[in-house]
Amino acid sequence: MATIFFPKSFQAQTGGIDQVEVEALDIRGVFRALEARFPALGDRLRGGIAVAIDGEIVNDPLLEPVGPDSQIHFLPPISGG
Amino acid sequence: MARKSHVSTIVNGEPIEFLCDPPQTLLEVLREELQLTGTKEGCGTGDCGACTITLDGRLACACLVLAVEAEGRSIGTVEGIASGEHLHPLQKKFLEEAALQCGVCTPGLLVAAKALLDRNPQPTEQEVRYALAGNLCRCTGYDKVVRAVLDAAVEIGGESP
Amino acid sequence: MSEPRKFHSVGTRPIRHDGLDKVTGRARFGADLSLPGMLYGKVLRSSHAHAHIRRIDPRPALQLEGVRAVITSADRPEIPSEHGTGGEGGPVDFRDLSRNVLARDKVLYHGHPVAAVAATNPRIAEEALGRIEVDYEILRPVLDVEAAMAPDAPLLHDDLYTRGVDPRPETPSNVAARIVIERGDTEKGFAEADVVIEREYRTETVHQGYIEPHAAVASTAEDGQSVLWCCTQGPFLVRSFCSKVLQLPISQIKVIPSEIGGGFGGKTTVYVEPLAILLSRRAGRPVKLVMDREEVFRATGPTSATSIRVRMGARKDGTIAAVKVRLVYAAGAFPGSPVVPGAMTMLAPYQLENVRIEGYDVVVNKPKTNAYRAPGSSMAAFAAESALDEIAQELALDPLELRLRNAVRTGSQAVYGPTFKAIGFVETLEAARNHPHYRAPLAPNQGRGVACGFWFNAGMQSTAAVNLTEDGSAVVVSGCPDIGGSRVSLALMAAEELGIPVERVRPVVADTETIGYNDVTGGSRVTFATGMAVIEATRDVVRQLCKRAALIWEVPVEQVEWREGEAHCRNGEAKDPLSLREIVRQAVRTGGPISGQASLTARGAGPGFGTHICDTEIDPDTGRVQVVRYTAVQDVGKAVHPSYVEGQLQGGVAQGIGWALNEEFVYDENGVLLNAGFLDYRIPVASDLPMIDTVLVEVPNPSHPHGVRGVGEVPIVPPLAAVANALFRATGVRFYRVPMSPPRVLEGLQSRK
Repeated sequence: MATIFFPKSFQAQTGGIDQVEVEALDIRGVFRALEARFPALGDRLRGGIAVAIDGEIVNDPLLEPVGPDSQIHFLPPISGG
Repeated sequence: MARKSHVSTIVNGEPIEFLCDPPQTLLEVLREELQLTGTKEGCGTGDCGACTITLDGRLACACLVLAVEAEGRSIGTVEGIASGEHLHPLQKKFLEEAALQCGVCTPGLLVAAKALLDRNPQPTEQEVRYALAGNLCRCTGYDKVVRAVLDAAVEIGGESP
Repeated sequence: MSEPRKFHSVGTRPIRHDGLDKVTGRARFGADLSLPGMLYGKVLRSSHAHAHIRRIDPRPALQLEGVRAVITSADRPEIPSEHGTGGEGGPVDFRDLSRNVLARDKVLYHGHPVAAVAATNPRIAEEALGRIEVDYEILRPVLDVEAAMAPDAPLLHDDLYTRGVDPRPETPSNVAARIVIERGDTEKGFAEADVVIEREYRTETVHQGYIEPHAAVASTAEDGQSVLWCCTQGPFLVRSFCSKVLQLPISQIKVIPSEIGGGFGGKTTVYVEPLAILLSRRAGRPVKLVMDREEVFRATGPTSATSIRVRMGARKDGTIAAVKVRLVYAAGAFPGSPVVPGAMTMLAPYQLENVRIEGYDVVVNKPKTNAYRAPGSSMAAFAAESALDEIAQELALDPLELRLRNAVRTGSQAVYGPTFKAIGFVETLEAARNHPHYRAPLAPNQGRGVACGFWFNAGMQSTAAVNLTEDGSAVVVSGCPDIGGSRVSLALMAAEELGIPVERVRPVVADTETIGYNDVTGGSRVTFATGMAVIEATRDVVRQLCKRAALIWEVPVEQVEWREGEAHCRNGEAKDPLSLREIVRQAVRTGGPISGQASLTARGAGPGFGTHICDTEIDPDTGRVQVVRYTAVQDVGKAVHPSYVEGQLQGGVAQGIGWALNEEFVYDENGVLLNAGFLDYRIPVASDLPMIDTVLVEVPNPSHPHGVRGVGEVPIVPPLAAVANALFRATGVRFYRVPMSPPRVLEGLQSRK
């Protein structure tokens, strides 16, 4: 089971829950599982976000594989100058 | 419309004639009429040194010179620093020592550095820094630029002891 | 740990392939192109910081002989609010972008474009600007970021409601967004702290200060396609942004990137580019549109002025017990300051149990901010690293030791959430502590400061192609403008994989129709991400070379190995190796030309950390501060071309020193920028700086085949605090506001007496 960590800004939609475990093979699966459990999160998961999968930041993710012990954090998209 | 002025000059050793409007700067004529675009415009007010040229051997900002003032004078630009296929030692050292990043200030720096070495073949670091203080570079922090000029001075000194 | 890989090309210092053109004046930058029949464009800009536009009448300008086109926002489609991804990776609203390119209804800063003209020469164009009649209803501007948050502040946008506040506010304000990063329990942390400090910091609006002003040349063919030549960090971004702003299909726009004379993030959006296209379409002739320096300062670039409050508590052993931060960043005329990366990076170098960071994005009557090298990070680090210095002082701890006790290591959790993979922060701290600079004696009026910095580094999308030529050399094609030596770095990686000298590899930057999509040159991503695409494309080429060798030898491909630029047969027979040159010579008979291409979204950009040591000397009579020695230590991953890596560190430090000591936009009360030129906006010159020593710590990035991580952003993060900390140790006065310009320093010194 991958562990998903929610930042404070997501917790209004998750009812204050700050982490959940999800069974999924990739980010699309993670998002589907999260949306099923927290319908209010749906909009936030559709574009304009980044995740860190085991420390690696990915902008606008979808198909990135997720391991059984993966840790996933939500972030705003980042680049630089 | 006002009549254009006829100007005869020497550019990088070759006689050149051109027509210009009286308010045109020498920088605009070099770049837009003569296609010598190696001389850059960074500010148009003489503050950045990207348009550094020599006028009768003295450094000048081409953006502060009217084109008509070039009548009868000799202009040196970055395009005239190498002799034929032979790079000037300054050009070689700039390349070898990575003294440029984006390269837009490089022509002005080279013209200014050459003028320095022509009158002071063995400058100190401080002399190099003050001689180039009119040429802004935003990429390098000047470290590699100053080193390249000092090393070029050594190489030139070695060639003609 | 496995043996570090041995490289033959990567890590060497060859002459860059594009260097010759740059030392001879042949390299063509944005303003260096002229086309037959070309017109010259100019932009009319608002002389007010905040006003309604009642009426614009362009007709008097059109009557001037030589004027071929005049455009105002009436000539452009109104576009709805639509969010996309900006050059910085952050969000962009195309309606805002469109209104920044050319004002509609309202001007929001001194310098905001209101009209543009094209004429047969620049002097006629300039004269035409003066004939355009604009009727303004002048409004009160708001410039200070704290003042803009006040309930009675003049509103820039009457439809702007703060995001990130629940429930949504009922009234509009200048606060575009609020973000919170929180972990642990700060109150509990402060209760356990032995020392607590609370401070306020301010930084001013500063500009990237690239030497080449924005420039574009547009021409439009009879079939309606516009070709745009311009200096940009992102030709594909320019194409898509112009397509949005002008509501043209992508196929109607081709962008050819010129050489680029500096950007530092400032050339990751559009300003004159859509106007040049529109003017060329209107006039039916090519149009060159080049900004002058005043326009660059008045209407492009800057990064945020900020107001930052920090409360920091530590235990006697130096452990940071709790940190509470409020960051307020000025976005300029439209939402989108770098407060988010500011909040995320501010304390990223440290392991913290209890932290709360609250950030605000606030609009003011200044130009819309754009990315500037490690966007948002330098100001936040100024506050965090100054506060840490005070904690070290209070606890009588060495400031590097304090940082070592709290430093993140591989496996630590970052303040913004995830855990760090292989990182080299501790190595930079130790290298700084062991550096002779750290123990060198100081002269009177001198002081030494240290500070650290962090940047994520970006991946994003890249495409690269590798084509072998018929004599066995290679052409590496990318779509990322080379802003400081990336071409030679890409060539080095291709040479490494092919096993041939880098001189036999020619790297080129292609236009938007010659190579597949590439994101901007920015975020320190090109050598990392485009490099990854180059390596992948080159490995494809090597596979093909092995296959061709197998066909020539009539052996299974598994028996062919590529080594040092040659195919070697491993089936036991004594076959002479086949060189790349020989395989290519026979290519016509074995399957045709050999080329490879790779397109990817790069994952695993390794984060970068730096530790800087700065010595300053103060002139007590004038308040002038001179940096007399500087050492920048950074984990750069594998340095592909070490000279250009050092150059990135030195250049970032120089910009940071300018920010710390001199640079600031000065406005009058009407919002008029008073120092829109290099004489009065003073960036460091050669005589202001010492040599800038660099120490490259090379902790390989495990996610990159050559161990590369981005390097360009981190070096601008520590200098503000490094200078301030050094100045404190030289004078006993702590400065909470940058720039630490002579009048402010003198005032500080006098308050001491």
